[in-house]
Amino acid sequence: MKYISEFRDHKLARKIALRISRIARSIDREIRLMEVCGTHALAILKFAIKELLPPNINLVSGPGCPVCVTPNQYIDKACIYMQRGFLVTTFGDMMRVPGSQSSLVREKSRGGKVKIVYSPVDALRIAKSYPQEKVIFLGIGFETTAPTVAASILMAEEDGIKNFMVLCGHKLIPPAMKTLVENKRVRIDGFLCPGHVSAIIGSEAYEFLARDYNVPCVVTGFEPLDILQGINLLVSQIYRKEAIVENEYTRIVTQKGNLKAKDLMERVFKVSDSYWRGMGVIKSSGLSINEDYSRYDAQLHYPVEITSFKEKKGCRCGEVLQGLIEPRECMLFGDPCNPSNPFGPCMVSVEGVCNIYYRFGSDHKVEKLNARSN
Amino acid sequence: MCLAIPSKLISKEGTKGEIEIGNIKREVNLTLLPEVRIGDYVLVHAGFAISKVDEKDVQELLKLLSMADIDLGCGKI
Repeated sequence: MKYISEFRDHKLARKIALRISRIARSIDREIRLMEVCGTHALAILKFAIKELLPPNINLVSGPGCPVCVTPNQYIDKACIYMQRGFLVTTFGDMMRVPGSQSSLVREKSRGGKVKIVYSPVDALRIAKSYPQEKVIFLGIGFETTAPTVAASILMAEEDGIKNFMVLCGHKLIPPAMKTLVENKRVRIDGFLCPGHVSAIIGSEAYEFLARDYNVPCVVTGFEPLDILQGINLLVSQIYRKEAIVENEYTRIVTQKGNLKAKDLMERVFKVSDSYWRGMGVIKSSGLSINEDYSRYDAQLHYPVEITSFKEKKGCRCGEVLQGLIEPRECMLFGDPCNPSNPFGPCMVSVEGVCNIYYRFGSDHKVEKLNARSN
Repeated sequence: MCLAIPSKLISKEGTKGEIEIGNIKREVNLTLLPEVRIGDYVLVHAGFAISKVDEKDVQELLKLLSMADIDLGCGKI
């Protein structure tokens, strides 16, 4: 496949890995690199990148899975809308995420109306086809998804579609990265910055992290050679004792990003504080619909207040999302929590760290086998 | 989920286009990438083309990586 196979060349991968090992040896301490994108986490495990790295390089996962960082209150709200007869439209990975009491799939089994869509435009089409329904789209996602939702709201306005609304839960990545580097419990020596979020916001969005916090940043693509080269550039910066923003993924990401997408986001949304699972409220880290487009804001027109919410007992998704623990350090991991019986969102979403470790990591299977044979 | 597979744009009419990947064809919205042309490879997210693949940068990176044992941007070690 064009632009894929070129970046999976195993001979080149070995060469870069060898170079990383040489640099890492001269650094001679543990190097913790964080990726802030679920698709990076997936690629790292799927292509066994960790096996190619020297022992002192530790790749940790951050809050890069939008479904996972979405708090239970949001799911609870979506369930209430279903109970009240609204037609909820959503990306598929939200369906099975457990809220405090219920989930979208459980509400569906009770007769609630929910449809899985591939794009917010599909949700708009549903609203057009069923004018008698009040259609709510679950606006979850980072800067990559937010402009597609902004564009859909503008299309709804242009086409005069009045029964389309968005439950806006969009979040912004750079403020979360800032919170992580300010958290003394989390040590991060460098960031593999998310490829497609950066396609929208541009590599310049991370400059404050390098400048003010002295953390090296490399915008990285998703193929094995991309990830290895991203790691190589990060350890090279650490070796040189400098912190700058570099862009490995120049074939997709520019310094300024997608100006049209940024413009649409500015027209439709305003920046607001947002609650992240495990991290709490982060200042200016979310988007809500601004006054000009408030008629598309589900929360404003049909307010639902969640007074109390609860997490599943023992679930450590919040710590996993901050790179504080690896999934296997959670007592629930594998048994009883697994993709067929998820306790938290990180085990539900295909880009959730626990789900990825369950599918592609081998440790838990070995441990379970050992436990059984003992 | 960010799918990172670039797809070829095979038709374009206003903000509507069609992409081809393998033998699969799919509708794509071009609102966020109005300057894209037929034949370009684009990244698609949630039904929208969000970025165009820069062929020149692909070749440059591959060239740089093939020299991996000499220099990868940080001087010889």
